Amino acid sequence: MAGSMELPAKGGFSFDLCRRNAMLEKSGLKMPGFLKTGTTIVGLVFKDGVVLGADTRATEGPIVADKNCEKIHFMAPNIYCCGAGTAADTEAVTDMVSSQLQLHRYATSRESRVVTALTLLKTHLFNYQGHVSAALVLGGVDVTGPHLHTVYPHGSTDTLPFATMGSGSLAAMSVFESKYKEGLTREEGIQLVADAISAGIFNDLGSGSNVDVCVITQGGTEYLRNHKEPNPRTYVSSKGFSFTPGHTEVLSTRITQIGPVVAEAGPVVAEGDVIMEEGL
Amino acid sequence: IFEYNGSAVVAMVGKNCFAIASDRRLGVQLQTVATDFQRVFEIHPKLYIGLSGLASDAQTLYQRLVFKHKLYQLREERDMKPETFASLVSAMLYEKRFGPYFCQPIIAGLGQDDVPFICTMDCIGAKELAKDFVVSGTASESLYGACESMYKPNMEPDELFETISQALLSSVDRDCLSGWGGYVLVVTPTEVTERVLKGRMD
Repeated sequence: MAGSMELPAKGGFSFDLCRRNAMLEKSGLKMPGFLKTGTTIVGLVFKDGVVLGADTRATEGPIVADKNCEKIHFMAPNIYCCGAGTAADTEAVTDMVSSQLQLHRYATSRESRVVTALTLLKTHLFNYQGHVSAALVLGGVDVTGPHLHTVYPHGSTDTLPFATMGSGSLAAMSVFESKYKEGLTREEGIQLVADAISAGIFNDLGSGSNVDVCVITQGGTEYLRNHKEPNPRTYVSSKGFSFTPGHTEVLSTRITQIGPVVAEAGPVVAEGDVIMEEGL
Repeated sequence: IFEYNGSAVVAMVGKNCFAIASDRRLGVQLQTVATDFQRVFEIHPKLYIGLSGLASDAQTLYQRLVFKHKLYQLREERDMKPETFASLVSAMLYEKRFGPYFCQPIIAGLGQDDVPFICTMDCIGAKELAKDFVVSGTASESLYGACESMYKPNMEPDELFETISQALLSSVDRDCLSGWGGYVLVVTPTEVTERVLKGRMD
């Protein structure tokens, strides 16, 4: 990998390990699984704006890696995006578009529009032909009104009054199809979204834990983190484990005092041993 | 590919302190090559990273991170905060999205006002913050179970040491590819205690 350390990264992906990884795969080693967000994500348009909802379980194969992760990502003060699929992809793509939107806001001195975010997302995803596995529900309110869109990993989009994505999308869509109507009030909207996510949590194995809701209106946004917690821990032991100190067999101990840390704005630099690292 | 070298790393949060622990075995599939392999590395006295997975990628990634942190120290004249460092690691891993490093890092540090911070990521940088414990490595499934039952919030450093050691030792006993002792680091705002544990050498 000559020269890969010295050149500053120009942004975007770097493919230098691909050849090595292909060689390892050919010699029989299994490729790792990535953190997925199984998921139920939903959105609906109500009278004054948009309500987005998501569950909070992150899975790594059949194991629950994170019981309370955040799947509703910030794009702009008036636009939020729920993400399903590979967790790293949804986070990276929403962070990237969020930064691009902020730069655009500085350049144009205007509030971001949902279609701007939509176009940025779909062009990025289409460029990578579906390999960036991010399925998103994008919702927001701008000067032209409330908008709700779904974005698929290959770059296609839909504009809908109510939408669901993820492994629990069928369970959630059944709730929407039976109970959705035009002109819902804010309370009805939140209740319907919570019901749809709960249907996903209880019926789909890839979704679970709590319900997150985000309400976006012309006046502002309200992010209700853990709006409902229908799955509290039931197996808490009242005494808990308690290990007496000295229980574990220790072969050697070394205690190092942490010297005064280099202060952020202080003019005095602390003793050398704090800053000097053990060279490799 | 994570099962080529074998590893187990876990970090837990206590009261104004945190602990990060790893096993010490380095293997080549089923053969053990070393029993004193270091998986937990120091970035600065209040920030540590544990790297499980392929050992060569773990060492390469650690060297690149130390390089970036030293540049940061030169430019900003201070140490990196754990949250910032986690974003740095996440970005470095995501850069290699289509040809990843085969490592799962665990980052543990004391942030602003010495509030403990732990997080883990998968091999392409999907950050997962936690308030209680994080695990990674071939023994991760047993570690999840052991930590879920043994963890209590707000433990003092001594009790935290005992808990994390017991969780680590009991989990690696159920995993062929990790074990051969343990290495535990407990960090409080004033001192760092490193201990080597006696475990089953099989």
